[in-house]
Amino acid sequence: MTNNTNIDKINSFQKQEQKQEMKHQVITFVLMIVFTLIAFLAVASDLDKIFVIPLILILAVVQVGFQFYYFMHMKDKGHEIISTLIFSGIWIAAVAILTFTTIIWW
Amino acid sequence: MSIASTQKRGFGAILWDYLTTVDHKKIGNMYIAAGAFFFILGGLEALIIRIQLVKPENDFISAGLYNEMITMHGTTMIFFAATPLLIGLMNAIMPLQIGARDVAFPFLNSLGFWLFLAGGLLMNCSWFLGGAPDAGWTAYAPLSVVSPGHGTDFYVMGLQLSGAGTLMGGINFLVTIVTMRAPGMTYMRMPLFTWTTFIASVLILFAFPALTVGLFLLMFDRMFGSAFFDIALGGNSIIWQHLFWIFGHPEVYILILPAFGMFSEILPVFSKKRLFGYTSMVFATILIAFLGFMVWAHHMFTVGLGPTANAIFSVATMAIAVPTGIKIFNWLATMWGGSIKINSAMLWTLAFIPSFTIGGMTGVMVAISTADYQYHDTYFVIAHFHYVIVGGVVFGILAGLTYWWPKLFGKVLNETLGKIAFWLFFIGFHLTFFIQHFLGLMGMPRRYWVFLEGQGLDTGNLISTIGAFLMAIGSVVFVYNVIITSIKGEKAPADPWGDGRTLEWSIPSPPPEYNFKQLPLVRGLDPLWIEKMEGNNKMTPAEPLDDIHMPNGSILPFIMTIGFTIASFGFIYQVDHSAWLIAVFGGMAIALGTMLARSLKDDDGYHIHKEDLEKEVD
Repeated sequence: MTNNTNIDKINSFQKQEQKQEMKHQVITFVLMIVFTLIAFLAVASDLDKIFVIPLILILAVVQVGFQFYYFMHMKDKGHEIISTLIFSGIWIAAVAILTFTTIIWW
Repeated sequence: MSIASTQKRGFGAILWDYLTTVDHKKIGNMYIAAGAFFFILGGLEALIIRIQLVKPENDFISAGLYNEMITMHGTTMIFFAATPLLIGLMNAIMPLQIGARDVAFPFLNSLGFWLFLAGGLLMNCSWFLGGAPDAGWTAYAPLSVVSPGHGTDFYVMGLQLSGAGTLMGGINFLVTIVTMRAPGMTYMRMPLFTWTTFIASVLILFAFPALTVGLFLLMFDRMFGSAFFDIALGGNSIIWQHLFWIFGHPEVYILILPAFGMFSEILPVFSKKRLFGYTSMVFATILIAFLGFMVWAHHMFTVGLGPTANAIFSVATMAIAVPTGIKIFNWLATMWGGSIKINSAMLWTLAFIPSFTIGGMTGVMVAISTADYQYHDTYFVIAHFHYVIVGGVVFGILAGLTYWWPKLFGKVLNETLGKIAFWLFFIGFHLTFFIQHFLGLMGMPRRYWVFLEGQGLDTGNLISTIGAFLMAIGSVVFVYNVIITSIKGEKAPADPWGDGRTLEWSIPSPPPEYNFKQLPLVRGLDPLWIEKMEGNNKMTPAEPLDDIHMPNGSILPFIMTIGFTIASFGFIYQVDHSAWLIAVFGGMAIALGTMLARSLKDDDGYHIHKEDLEKEVD
């Protein structure tokens, strides 16, 4: 009997976890759709380019973050190597882009 | 040895076995064999270059053929000799060092090998099909865009094929090391060769895409009329240089880091001492890789990047000398007070330290951007990079081959012949390249097919050519050693050096196809040494004896590669006649069809049963 209660406890813990996880997934999904709508509306409206372009870029960065951390589970345990590699790649690409924009195209 | 592989088989069966194998050890051996073939090819090209330069205004070969020679020598040596020899050693040894039964993706491993081989052979086909590439191994635009004939097209397609293969290899090694380490093998217990394989694979993962992009742009400029590098149409030819070196500089670390790893394996074994400063060695390796991505423009100081960019890249380059220096001192400290045994593997290692340090010192010299205006495109640069690549990478490969030969092929190489090969090669190497520093300082430019009389360059070039021949004789002795050993050599025990410290020496030489009957329990750095010190002569198993799951062999990677190769020929020749598009579509159909077949048909592999394992003697 004690065994069973233990398993029940584990099950309820897992259920709780999964519920929490599902909540996060839905919230990020809704937020991403909202962000996309904002981006489209910003382009459609008559707002100044100086404002719209950075806004869209910021929204894009946040969406990429959501994608990585929530949908691709980078926030979970056991993803340390993956995030290290992804951030190394981002860093290398950033250095290359910085160089290209400053000494080739500028 | 397993029962099946000790039986005599016909030539056809063996050939089929190698065409379909997904065993990391056999693929490693094929990489090494193919790499050796291309090494000899590149070496012959080097000899032709040196014969042409033996005396002033020589006419041994024409100017055009000379350009083809230097291009093919550089490309062959970097992409088709050094890289595959290293990848071969990584393939064969790294899984053994971490206690794995194979790499993570055996099918992909086989595909990577065949793509590399097809790329190398494709590029060398150009010799017989109207002339080899002749725009230098760096293929700078706009020269490479306007270079007539199909030579540069072969360069583009050959590198694209083999580059895809190398990228697959790199990803495979990464996943293998992350996911398949034996119980107890934490990151900080991994042997240094495994660490450097890991870091070199990270570099492959991030560097090769830049080459792929550059080659695609060049391919479209040459074959489909785009103008990425055509200034008259709004393109920019400097972009090629940047893309090439964003790849090219990490590439030299992809070559040197595994060599560093091998020396870090050899020194502790033959000094009978733990590697000095293991943690700092790992840290230095990571730091070299990190900095290696931020220095590529030091190849372009004279392009006119401006003083700010030059200064940044100059300082970043010099910073690399710091982690490299840490490594040099750690190697010296490893030997300090050790019980040193000098054999041919150790000789290559001992010769590497001063040779590579000279190359590193001239590296700091050319890193000074103001001084580089003097050195750029002279023989000084030639001398510098041959000191690091021959004195570092080639010495490393030869040391590693000598050290792991018994593990790879089950026989110890002959020591006397190994020493003769070493001394000939070592003396030849310094004769060839040391004098080139001074030829460069005297103003001899690189890539010129003749030099004039009475400018003080005659003697230096003669000495250099004599040295090249000594290196060639040394290589011949090494090959002779390989042949004589495979005929007469005696079978090697599991640990032929007696002082093996890492897991690969705990299993038979050569290992059975499943490597470890039971996965070993790793209790620290140098796991076999720990067991030896506690009086056990073998590893403690981490699991009970059980069925072993093995992947099935497959011919699909070979067919896929043939498809891509046919398509490459199609791409090269469709410029002349659109009928060649049939080859493009046909080849791609074969390749994609094979991929489809692979995706749809499940391959569950097979099991080696517990009962059969019990029957085999250790």
